[in-house]
Amino acid sequence: MSEIKNIRDQFISKLENDLNIDQINEIKTELFGKNGLISSKFKTIGSIPETDRKKFASDLNQVKDELQNLIAFKINEIERKKINEKLEKEKVDITLPERPFVRGKVHPVSQTIDEISSIFSEIGFSVEEGPDVENEYNNFTALNTPDNHPARDMHDTFYLDENKEVLLRTHTSPVQIRTMLKDKPPFKIIAPGRTYRSDSDQTHAPMFHQVEGLHIDTNINMGHLKGCLNYFVKEFFEVEKIKMRFRPSHFPFTEPSAEVDIGYEIRDGKIIIGEGDKWLEILGCGMVHPNVLKNVKVDPSKYQGYAFGIGIDRLAMLKYGINDLRAFFDCDYRWLNHFGFDPLDVPSNYRGLSR
Amino acid sequence: MKITYDWLKDHLKISAKEDKLLEKLTDIGLEVESIENLSEGLDLFKVAKIIKTEKHPNADRLKVCDVDVGNNEIKKVVCGATNAREGLLTVYAPPGAIIPKNNTKLVVAKIRDVTSYGMLCSESELNLSDESDGITELSSFKYAKNIGKSYFSKLSSNLIDLSITPNRPDCLGVRGIARDLSAAGFGNLKPEKDKKIKSNKNQTLKIKITKEKNQGCLSFGSCLISNVKNTESPQWLKDKLISIGQKPISAIVDITNYIMIDINRPLHAYDADKIEKGIIVRNSKSGEEFTALDNKNYKLDDGMCVISDSKGVLGLGGIIGGTRSGTELDTKNILLESAYFDPRSIRKTAKKLNIDTDAKFRFERGIDQLSIEDGLNKAAFLIKEICGGEISKIDIQKIESHKNKVIKFELKTFEKITGFKISTKEMIIILEKLGFKLKKEKKFFKLSVPSWRPDIVQEIDIVEELVRISGYEKIKIENPIKERSKNTLNPTQKLFHFLQRAVASKGYLEAITWSFTDVKYNDHFKEANKEIKIVNPISSELGVLRNSIFSNLVMHISKNLDRGIKDLSIFEIGPIFYGSQPGEQNTVICGLSAGKKSRLSWIEKERNTDVFDIKRDVIQTLVEAGYDSEKFYLDDESPNYYHPGKSGRIFLNKGKDKVAAYFGEIHPNIIKTLDIKTESLVGFEIFLDNLKLPKKPLKDQKTKYIVSDFQKSERDFAFIVDKKVNVQDLVSLISSIDKNLISNIKVFDVYKGDNIPENKKSIAISVTIQSLEKTLTDNDLEKINNSIIETVENKTGAKIRS
Repeated sequence: MSEIKNIRDQFISKLENDLNIDQINEIKTELFGKNGLISSKFKTIGSIPETDRKKFASDLNQVKDELQNLIAFKINEIERKKINEKLEKEKVDITLPERPFVRGKVHPVSQTIDEISSIFSEIGFSVEEGPDVENEYNNFTALNTPDNHPARDMHDTFYLDENKEVLLRTHTSPVQIRTMLKDKPPFKIIAPGRTYRSDSDQTHAPMFHQVEGLHIDTNINMGHLKGCLNYFVKEFFEVEKIKMRFRPSHFPFTEPSAEVDIGYEIRDGKIIIGEGDKWLEILGCGMVHPNVLKNVKVDPSKYQGYAFGIGIDRLAMLKYGINDLRAFFDCDYRWLNHFGFDPLDVPSNYRGLSR
Repeated sequence: MKITYDWLKDHLKISAKEDKLLEKLTDIGLEVESIENLSEGLDLFKVAKIIKTEKHPNADRLKVCDVDVGNNEIKKVVCGATNAREGLLTVYAPPGAIIPKNNTKLVVAKIRDVTSYGMLCSESELNLSDESDGITELSSFKYAKNIGKSYFSKLSSNLIDLSITPNRPDCLGVRGIARDLSAAGFGNLKPEKDKKIKSNKNQTLKIKITKEKNQGCLSFGSCLISNVKNTESPQWLKDKLISIGQKPISAIVDITNYIMIDINRPLHAYDADKIEKGIIVRNSKSGEEFTALDNKNYKLDDGMCVISDSKGVLGLGGIIGGTRSGTELDTKNILLESAYFDPRSIRKTAKKLNIDTDAKFRFERGIDQLSIEDGLNKAAFLIKEICGGEISKIDIQKIESHKNKVIKFELKTFEKITGFKISTKEMIIILEKLGFKLKKEKKFFKLSVPSWRPDIVQEIDIVEELVRISGYEKIKIENPIKERSKNTLNPTQKLFHFLQRAVASKGYLEAITWSFTDVKYNDHFKEANKEIKIVNPISSELGVLRNSIFSNLVMHISKNLDRGIKDLSIFEIGPIFYGSQPGEQNTVICGLSAGKKSRLSWIEKERNTDVFDIKRDVIQTLVEAGYDSEKFYLDDESPNYYHPGKSGRIFLNKGKDKVAAYFGEIHPNIIKTLDIKTESLVGFEIFLDNLKLPKKPLKDQKTKYIVSDFQKSERDFAFIVDKKVNVQDLVSLISSIDKNLISNIKVFDVYKGDNIPENKKSIAISVTIQSLEKTLTDNDLEKINNSIIETVENKTGAKIRS
């Protein structure tokens, strides 16, 4: 027994020295190698008298475990120290900039179109489109605006031929005509797109965006029109309540016609939509004129419904606090970056239209 | 249309406040554009007397006047008027006053070293007349006791500017507006005072409307007023016109203007003595000329409606009169015209000659045919009252009589359209107050439309009248039902929105630019396309429809570079045009990237943005959109605005498709010509209309999920091939060797130079070989290895590098 204890004491004190990994491995071999001190002791177990054998073996195993654990601990300690030293050396200034990245943006008008589509999608409208170049018939005549009608003066039209037969559409309303000529009622569509008028100043751009709405069925009346627009405006501005006013107006292609104002006020230099006692005109609408329905071979004694036209750029300006219409189309990188939307920001009903 | 509440009260019995009026006007569709207080600040203008004048020490033409402005105050005013003289009563404007003519605010000013406190005003500066020669001279008889008092009598009424929609000519007269208001329960319309000319004198000037095709004048009423003395208008008339911002001219002109504004009845006064042998209303002949009251000479086409005499054209009926027969202050005998012209004829002529007058504006919207006599009566009486003279009988020539329209209105139509009910009684009240003659049947009305409402022709127009007057606020809100029976977007639209965001997610900022462009830029990018000119562009820089989005994007990227932004990527998704007919357009997504990658980065080496950057953006976008990159086919045929050696085109399927996209460096010549200051400019165009939509939706396209867990091996090969051999062909050749075993091919090096013969290059490829069925043996691998080398060597003339 004392011999085993001696080995133990001797090696424990040895291991207390500041050893490197090789020295520890040497000790390990010395003890547990093929002919190591402890290994050899195990070989002698058979020759120990039976009465002592059990205790001898137990003591030997205890010492073996103790030494092995200590060695493992020492090795681990050294390795840890080594890693720590390495980590110390590897330290970087983590405040240095990350690898360069670029971030793209979606134009506020595109974002607004997606928002609008998302809202109307919820109440069953689908999206239709039409060409930017239109014929005079679809843009005016079919919309109950014959050539001799003074209402044509309200549209400063870009023409592509001297006979004024081909033009850049002045509104999205010709999509109504195309849709109704192509399909059979009922119709429930919106048509966002580019529109053009030869008008250019601080508040007018020669190109702008409109969204047309059309809902024709057997029983659609002005109450539905009011309900639809009320819903849209509330959803679009993401407000609980909206102050809205329908004013009689005149468009050749709708009758009765209305212009719609929303209430607003300026608070701390910011426009607050839906409250206040000032009015802002945001759209024109009305019941589709029977003459228009006749022009597209829809029987006005069976079908009726409403149409509306909304200026998209104007809505985007109001919602996102953009002051200058011209800047939309100026393509200034700084502006696009400032007012643009992250491409992952897809407006949807369940995630909300905006963040 | 400008009105005042006071003027409205000539026709309307009402005591409500003005803000109630404004609200009501808007509620019934007569939108209030603005209100303006014309008399605001006018009280500053004082009657004053010049006490002394001296020559200005430093200017020959100026005088320094001592002016008595009342309250024992004397002001020094520098004045240039020749008529400024001692003792003259005139109008003085102190510093702070705003001159009506030009809206400038007066300040104390030094004029050639003499300080002037205010100004003495001419009539023109006060918007009282066109008289700008000298300062206003006030009669001492009337004004001597008024020195220091306000010159303008106070206007109690604000100027209300209404935006009258083109369907409502009747509301271009104050009475029409009053009638609408009364129908809406805002006051009562006063009955008209019927003044009929009683004369035994005949209208002796012969009037004839020729009967010809497209005669634009349907009736012509007139009367002669002889021995008048044209004069200044009386104060009440002047005040009336001034109150709506008009300038009084002379009694006769003022009276015709007054009648026009009051009841929307345009009149024209001729100097009867200047008319040669009666009036002929006829179509013009090409080449005829006349000088109009705007002092312009007009050359006429065939078929314009003219008022003429034996000497030629006197004026364009309903549009503008001529100088030859115009009235002046010394006019003695007047022929007063009150006619009806066809709106289409008016519009056509005015558009052709580009004339816009008040009369034209009214006639083209439609004048009450039955107001001819009324207008003559009212005007003639006023002329006689103010200018004296003798009135003749009224003469009316017509080639067509007015017929009242009759409309059958089903009572239930109202609720069908508006969704709410009003009582039959209310309908009757509204319609009768608007001037309809009504015959009530059981379920419908027979309505005779008043002659002043050309806009009302069918049943729906009656609904509009009723709902407009009873109030839009009565329309009940029907909440929409959240139900969808059709997809919101069709597959093409979904693709559009997907691509838009896919490209943006690659670091591009989305721009929206005009669909038109500068021909100078367009020329660089139009290739063989037709130039599509806009006939009436807003400027020559926006003169053509764009054949490519590049023209605008290049222009804008250049502007941004000039702003000092060095590295930027922008894109636009929108139409380009290849013809001027509807539908001759394509939707394109077009991107441009300029400058460097990793500029001034501490960690990465900076480099120019290159063709393979843009290629990645295009390919990744297409792959994200759901197209299989393994089927893509590329070649180097690209439009001439790309660098011929560093550009290409992409097909989604070899030989089966139109071009899906172009990409490449922009041609250096264009960069140079347009002076674009950047290290590198690369771009792409994806043609949405050429991207075939998959037959099956993406969700049904995914085939069975099969992966192999058997061991895979990677083998590297380096081939020396002819320079012309492209990697695409090499890769597709190798993959075709065994589609089951070769699962991936990667090009990891391309080398030209030392140790490689000229006209050759070395391509290093790593091929992944893996079976779905078993672990491949060395033998299997060796076999495929040899097959790859053999095939490549045989098919391309390559040599394996050893």
